[in-house]
Amino acid sequence: MQVFDLEAEGLRALNSSLHGQAENTNQTHWEVVNPKGSHAIAVGLDAPIEVNVKGSTGYYCAGMNQQATVHVHGSVGPGAAENMMSGMVIVEGDASQYAGATGHGGTLVIKGNASSRCGISMKGIDIIVHGNIGHMSAFMAQSGNLVVCGDAGDALGDSLYEARLFVRGSVKSLGADCVEKEMRPEHIELLSELLIRGGCDAKPEEFKRYGSARGLYNFNIDNAY
Amino acid sequence: MKDDTHNIPRTMPIQSATFTNEINAEIRRAAATGIYDIRGGGAKRKVPHFDDLLFLGASVSRYPLEGYREKCDTSVLLGTRFAKNPIKLDIPITIAGMSFGALSGPAKEALGRGASLAGTSTTTGDGGMTQEERGHSKQLVYQYLPSRYGMNPNDLRKADAIEIVVGQGAKPGGGGMLLGQKISDRVAEMRTLPKGIDQRSSCRHPDWTGPDDLEIKILELREITNGRVPIYVKIAGARPYFDTTLAIKAGADVVVLDGMQGGTAATQDVFIEHVGQPTLACIRPAVKALQDLGMHRKVQLVISGGIRTGADVAKAMALGADAVSIGTAAMIAIGDNDPKWEAEYQKLGTTTGAYDDWHEGLDPAGITTQDPELAARLDPVEAGRRLRNYLSVMTLEAQTIARACGHNHLHNLEPEDLCALTMEAAAMAQVPLAGTEWYPGKGGF
Repeated sequence: MQVFDLEAEGLRALNSSLHGQAENTNQTHWEVVNPKGSHAIAVGLDAPIEVNVKGSTGYYCAGMNQQATVHVHGSVGPGAAENMMSGMVIVEGDASQYAGATGHGGTLVIKGNASSRCGISMKGIDIIVHGNIGHMSAFMAQSGNLVVCGDAGDALGDSLYEARLFVRGSVKSLGADCVEKEMRPEHIELLSELLIRGGCDAKPEEFKRYGSARGLYNFNIDNAY
Repeated sequence: MKDDTHNIPRTMPIQSATFTNEINAEIRRAAATGIYDIRGGGAKRKVPHFDDLLFLGASVSRYPLEGYREKCDTSVLLGTRFAKNPIKLDIPITIAGMSFGALSGPAKEALGRGASLAGTSTTTGDGGMTQEERGHSKQLVYQYLPSRYGMNPNDLRKADAIEIVVGQGAKPGGGGMLLGQKISDRVAEMRTLPKGIDQRSSCRHPDWTGPDDLEIKILELREITNGRVPIYVKIAGARPYFDTTLAIKAGADVVVLDGMQGGTAATQDVFIEHVGQPTLACIRPAVKALQDLGMHRKVQLVISGGIRTGADVAKAMALGADAVSIGTAAMIAIGDNDPKWEAEYQKLGTTTGAYDDWHEGLDPAGITTQDPELAARLDPVEAGRRLRNYLSVMTLEAQTIARACGHNHLHNLEPEDLCALTMEAAAMAQVPLAGTEWYPGKGGF
């Protein structure tokens, strides 16, 4: 186990050390202490390592992650796991705005609540939120899955493309072109796997599925706001 | 005119200066279709521009340099503020961001080839980096856009610089669009979108808002790239003094400022013609922002939007720019709107020089298209050579002017080398109206 004191050694040293890990590194377990809300912790990783952050972080924790598992034992600031490509990010606490924004792949698990714009412009990432999510979540979401075990705020899935949204609780309102869709067996199967991956004990049958009505895919004056 | 029947004089038919034939045609088009006009390119309206400035040249008080013999340096370093590896260019003319998707693969390759031959950089666009583009561009600037289409850390690390796009001169406050005709399989895959849909790009970044967030975003990008490459911030000609100030405050290495004549692949005509300021009006406020913060020449300023000739390059640099960027001019150099395609332009209801329906993907020149047959019309090697030639001519022209003004480096050009032909240009460029020592806004008139 490599223990890294962020306060003592600094951000660039942390990220450089983590970037220096090769595919076959034997330094696979890292612990970051004293994060104290710092921004850009463990960003741009690209190795099969596990990084445990012992506390809360600022903006963009685990941004652009590839392969690595980043486990935050606290809450995260805005843009956690933004543009993630692969790997896994687990947040024990809450997440601020834009969690998982534009993520292309991998899994983001938020065990608390996520604020507004969770999964904005997501492009293939899977996001599993144990609690609630804020307004404008999954705005222009292109691909991937967003699972919400609690409630969703206003304008869920506004201008949605092909991402799939599963919400167990209430949805305050749906955004433009987002509609409730039939939960077919393949969706139950998919959701079961996502819930297991996210460590949730919820039952897939309790969820509703939302997706794009595909009414905004081509310009039509009748769809203008 | 008279009434032939009664021989009574009548008034001449008078066209309205307000309701021109062009305006009326647009009213009829809007009434028929119910949708705004979408087109490519930049502002077509006449606005004060570099043509309204003149160089004074040498005189008794300033002696010139010998035209072909004495050195006049054109090199420029971009990103000297923080980056470990600033970009060194042989000429201060870069190729602006244009996407694969908006442009064909061969067109992007041609831009990379031409820029590399001329010793300058080219820039990706919305939609990510293609292998062809990276392979043919010695120095490639990777745009970091609100849509994040095709954005990934591997390409980010392959870039020689990163350009965070906040705004574009053609459409400050607007996102891009790429209509379904151009969403081929490859474009759709790169952008993670269904084939054939009308694709919208966000008008603002998904994970930051405002200058304080931008500072943290730049921190993240520097962490991911280990501080190796310069971070540019591209802004539109909206509020150049404040936007430049905030970009510097956020930690930009380079500010790219794009005026309203700067082009776009596609957006609403009303946006292009009615939002944003002319390039000429943007430069001095941006330079003042740099000077007020003690950052002029430390954070480099790249100006774009309507740069066409070496004279434009020299004028922009005299007003304080460190370099310029060209998009539309580069497209013309490689074959856009070439008269040899006139018959085909006519079939499309347009004519050489006016063709701007780039979003339709039917470009006879094979540049703004994803149609394989049309795209094959452009030979990237030959087109790259044309771009190189054009860049060389612009550089020679700018050197000619600089030497005539007595400067051994293009960066030594200064506002005192200029005068203005019109009051408007004098006010915007803050150089004296020709024959006077005064410009609007300067006291003592």
